[in-house]
Amino acid sequence: MPPHSDLRDLDGREAVITASHVRKEYGAFTAVRDATFAVARGEIFGLLGPNGAGKTTTVECLQGLREASGGTISVLGLDPVRQSRELRRRVGSQLQEAALPDHIRVWEALELFASLIPGGRDWREIMAEWGLAEKSKTSFNALSGGQRQRLFVALAVVNGPEVVFLDEMTTGLDPAARRIAWDLIREIRERGSTVVLVTHFMEEAERLCDRIAVMDQGRVVALDSPRGLIASYAAGLRVVFDTQADIGFLSGVRFVEAVHREGPRVTVEGHGAVLASVAAALVGHGIEPPDLHLEAPTLEDVFLSLTGHVMAE
Amino acid sequence: MTEPPTGTHTQGGAGAPPADPAPGSPGAVASGAARRVAHAAPLAISPGRWALAFVKVLLRMTWIETKLLVREPVTLVFSFAFPVLVLVLLGGIFGGQHMDSGPYAGLKMMDWYVPSYIGLVIASIGTVSLPVHLSTYRERGVLRRFRASGVSEWALLGSQFLVGLGTCLIGGLVISVLGIFAYGVAPPDAIGGVVLSFVVAVFAFSALGVLIASLAPTARAAQGVGLLIWFIMMFISGTSAPLDLLPDWMLALGKSLPLYHVVITLVDPWNGYGFDLVQVTIVGGIGLATTLMAAGLFRWE
Repeated sequence: MPPHSDLRDLDGREAVITASHVRKEYGAFTAVRDATFAVARGEIFGLLGPNGAGKTTTVECLQGLREASGGTISVLGLDPVRQSRELRRRVGSQLQEAALPDHIRVWEALELFASLIPGGRDWREIMAEWGLAEKSKTSFNALSGGQRQRLFVALAVVNGPEVVFLDEMTTGLDPAARRIAWDLIREIRERGSTVVLVTHFMEEAERLCDRIAVMDQGRVVALDSPRGLIASYAAGLRVVFDTQADIGFLSGVRFVEAVHREGPRVTVEGHGAVLASVAAALVGHGIEPPDLHLEAPTLEDVFLSLTGHVMAE
Repeated sequence: MTEPPTGTHTQGGAGAPPADPAPGSPGAVASGAARRVAHAAPLAISPGRWALAFVKVLLRMTWIETKLLVREPVTLVFSFAFPVLVLVLLGGIFGGQHMDSGPYAGLKMMDWYVPSYIGLVIASIGTVSLPVHLSTYRERGVLRRFRASGVSEWALLGSQFLVGLGTCLIGGLVISVLGIFAYGVAPPDAIGGVVLSFVVAVFAFSALGVLIASLAPTARAAQGVGLLIWFIMMFISGTSAPLDLLPDWMLALGKSLPLYHVVITLVDPWNGYGFDLVQVTIVGGIGLATTLMAAGLFRWE
């Protein structure tokens, strides 16, 4: 992180959340050391990091479910701890490891949660919007994983919140269900809420988030758009192909920085138009590898270069 | 960083960085926050409307909890089945006998046992059913979910009290009907006194139940602790062996537990010994003290 950059800078956009040097200690254990960031209205903001990075604790502090040990937090201009009642009216949340009573029915849960924050929309409309109308009279314990997910989303938005917190929403879902959940998340934003998404799935963060705060060991270590993070922290491109031919000439080709060889597998590191110039040089030498391709860096590479370790799932 | 006094808090540790006047920087963020506070102000509601909203949530929670209880009647049946069963056994042993010593000498045994078993039902709901229910909710993350959506502690606990009151009422009626029709026990002498004592007893035992749920780390622990407390109370509070058969130290221990006092407050007005204000005050006091402790120790997760 360049020393002059302020993680709370939104280029003049309105901040719905500002967290400054947030700390959270449990006795001798420090769960969050320094979380500093701002979330702009209308964006999908990701908190990305491995398990134990302090993501959940951070969003729980933002929601006033835990009191930070240090630093300042402002959510919609409110102090999450002292103005929690007001905050509840204006935010929604889907929590990790939360459940409903086994025998509560879908409509009962929606009606109850809607009644907690008066003045919102009709919960029947929300039930229909999230595709739960047919399951209205089904008990919570009889819902499928995907249906529970939709119910939790519906409960999170039943009060028409300005900010919705989603904590590890897709953990434990199979890939197909995860894709459906991603659509739900996009839909929450399209319906006008700012989304704060906690996840440890790189792909999820990369696909959904406008901006991502990368957390590691209790700190926000970088914050930018997925493309911006990749450009800043993992700029290198890799051209990969298989050949048995001698490719010593490649190290002199434009945009190439390094050439590695492992058996038939050749990896060329470079930047800019490295793919085009390597392809041209290969064809010029009569080599036409059918599997020639570019490996663009991912958030995985960003995380590795930021923290020096891979993000084990 | 110039932030408005409302909407932010600073505690210990690292503070905010020094002022940064550059436009588009945190200064601009803070003024945006200040505008939103001003915008939010009209949403603040008066105490009267807040109280009304609270009562609505409390009643809705109570209604849903009642429906949930009815959908899983096993809990309900077990709360009554044991006291009723033991009452039948005691009826078989002591039916027709009279107390031959102590302040209640001459009273028919069953006239003692029937009202005191209403107390035993209240104790079983309070020390076992309620703490197991609450700590199961906590273990499964139901309380987490409720809290994040703005269910207040008092609405949650109030609904538990009201559901407990209803459950105890049904249990009390079952025992009363059984006593009056099967064992020829006279109906309550002072029904008002019995009802008041009953409500105060449910309050005290509900508070005890919340306290057990708050202290127990898991639902299983809550069940173990609750059952233990309930059994001990049952044996030395006049709900099994007659009190005048107990050795002094056991009686003294019994008198230090809430069920003994609850039994007295139910037996007295039922049998024409009058409404015992001192005993009811003791039960109410136990309830208040336990409520304060339970409120301080209550955990959502």
